Amino acid sequence: MSLEDVRRRRILAYSVPILAVLAALLIGAIMLMALHADPVKGFSRLLSGAFGSWGALTETALKATPLLFVGVGITIAFRANVINIGGEGQMVAGALLATIVALYMPDVPAVIMLPAVLIAGIVGGAAWGAIPGALKAYYGVNEILSTIMLNVVAVQLMNYLLRGPLIDPEQIGGSGIPQTERLPSSADLPLLFGSGRFHIGPILAVLAAIGAYVLLWRTPLGYRLRAVGTNADAARYAGIHVKRSIVLALTLSGAMAGLAGAVLVFGSESHRMVTDGSTAGFTGSAGFNGIVAALFGGLHPVWTIPAAFLFGGLLVGGNALQRAVQVPAALILALNGLVVIFVVSTERFRRRLLEPSPMAGDTPADTTEATTPDPPTAAPPATPGGGEYE
Amino acid sequence: MSEFFTQAVLVATVAAGIRLAVPLLFASLGEMYGQRSGVLNLGVDGVMLLGAFGGYYAVLKTENVWLGLLVGAGVGIVFGLVTAVMSVSFKAEQGISGIGVYLFGLGFSDLLFQKWVGTPLPINAFPKLSFPVLSDIPIVGEMFFRHSAVVYIAFAAVPISMFVLNRTNFGMKIRAVGENPEAADSLGVSVTRVRYATVMIGGTLAGVAGAALAIDLKIFQQNLTNSAGFIAIALVYFGAWRPLGVMGGALLYGFVNSIVLQMKVLGIIPRSWSDIAAMAPAVVTILALVLVAQRFKPPAALTKPFERGR
Repeated sequence: MSLEDVRRRRILAYSVPILAVLAALLIGAIMLMALHADPVKGFSRLLSGAFGSWGALTETALKATPLLFVGVGITIAFRANVINIGGEGQMVAGALLATIVALYMPDVPAVIMLPAVLIAGIVGGAAWGAIPGALKAYYGVNEILSTIMLNVVAVQLMNYLLRGPLIDPEQIGGSGIPQTERLPSSADLPLLFGSGRFHIGPILAVLAAIGAYVLLWRTPLGYRLRAVGTNADAARYAGIHVKRSIVLALTLSGAMAGLAGAVLVFGSESHRMVTDGSTAGFTGSAGFNGIVAALFGGLHPVWTIPAAFLFGGLLVGGNALQRAVQVPAALILALNGLVVIFVVSTERFRRRLLEPSPMAGDTPADTTEATTPDPPTAAPPATPGGGEYE
Repeated sequence: MSEFFTQAVLVATVAAGIRLAVPLLFASLGEMYGQRSGVLNLGVDGVMLLGAFGGYYAVLKTENVWLGLLVGAGVGIVFGLVTAVMSVSFKAEQGISGIGVYLFGLGFSDLLFQKWVGTPLPINAFPKLSFPVLSDIPIVGEMFFRHSAVVYIAFAAVPISMFVLNRTNFGMKIRAVGENPEAADSLGVSVTRVRYATVMIGGTLAGVAGAALAIDLKIFQQNLTNSAGFIAIALVYFGAWRPLGVMGGALLYGFVNSIVLQMKVLGIIPRSWSDIAAMAPAVVTILALVLVAQRFKPPAALTKPFERGR
């Protein structure tokens, strides 16, 4: 196989996820036509609503923030071959703990308050991630199921706290909206660029993504996580504590989602924690959409940055689309589902493109992988037991 | 608390528990087929939502509840096929691919509901049956013999599934493919065909489960299932991949729910605690998963796509 050939296959491999999104959009267009809406008008409004102005870009960046945090968490877990579907619950847990800290901490200046609430968010999410981690490592409980169940538990906990102990005193006799009072302004996320909207959340999320990259590929800890993800038996043989690594992966993953929850609360316009009784009422399904972003980013934290921005844009643009062609913005959630379906279905094909063909001799495909972080080629350890050492 | 332990309340609670178990029973039994053959389908909740909307809309337009159930089944077959193509033919990562189906179902069912219906209009419910003699037995009659036909269909699916899995050729193939696909393949069993069949059975039953839920509640709304599909998946683990175990799990879940509901109605659980009480089923499920994981092993090939010559 010539170098030219390798390059061609590589470009093709990079374009597979993009083709998957285009296929999803094509089906979306067919759906719009079936609903007697003009797809060209709809999608052009979606694009301009998401990326067409500074205001739109600001909204997109803000919407992308929780997706990026959660997505980065997903990549950390995935590298250790642990699947975290619990982003929703971990976001809620982080947000709740951060809200409690903000409500009950005595009056302190922002220099203390702000780090305190963000750390509380991290701790809350980390704890909610550590539970399924420990259940998997020490009791053999499937983490997919336990994280999903903990989503359900977290929502009920949120509903209980926001309707009861944490409710805004003004709401008790009034309309009873499950929300807190306005949280202390010392916990407001600082605004940037004098825009009135753009806070430090997106910056923190990008830093988190870079931090996760450094952690995974530049530290011994990250090496251990990836070793466990690539081949748990080999890792154990090499003296790595596999169980502890599994707990750690889910804890870190949950911490990211928890931070997303805290940022959602303290970066909100109302500066309250609000719900409507459903999970999505608080998270806006970011715990699930973050998975979409991570997948689209090839399960690499840095590539998840543009991916989250794209999907944040879809969510913002969805509202513009709804106004333009009177098709509910729920369309975007359906399209995200299709993106997942297409991306995971083409994953094998994509990975095969990145492997040298069997004819090319016996150079093992992935020997460079453990050391060089070549973004989208770094194949995720998809199926448990699938990524054996060659 | 004493008002809970009156005959009327207890009888009503048991009857409601059986009724509430029905959608979960359909969905879990279906999921069990897929898992026994080695395919984890995480998209059940999405298919349930699509089936629920399909069933709801059909009943809204035709007032025929059985047509509604049929539409649910049809929707389920289609998405069962989609899942099979993803998981079996394209060998997609099963821990994630189902989330795609879930998100699609969550979004698309809401989209169609908003576009075609808008305001929630109530629909017909399943007619309640009454059996000569049996329905008139005190206590027992009200608990077991005054349900709609769907309830009996769901519970009849349990012995049918036991028979299919344990006593038929097809069932033997399912188990072989789930435990050792290489060996099954070498004996001439088509792993692909068996898995397509089981995943499509699962999809069909998930669609039926959704339709049964919507018709039982006489309503559709965004996220109607409220994660019931995910609980159905957990119940397959809970039931240790056996029809009777799955039925036990569905019933336990139904009873926990009906007890909580009844206690709320009676004011035993104060309003402010109702959200905490609503955690009970999920917490019980997690504890059950811990206990089951100590004793039973999932099918050996679960979540592992089959490739010849590996």
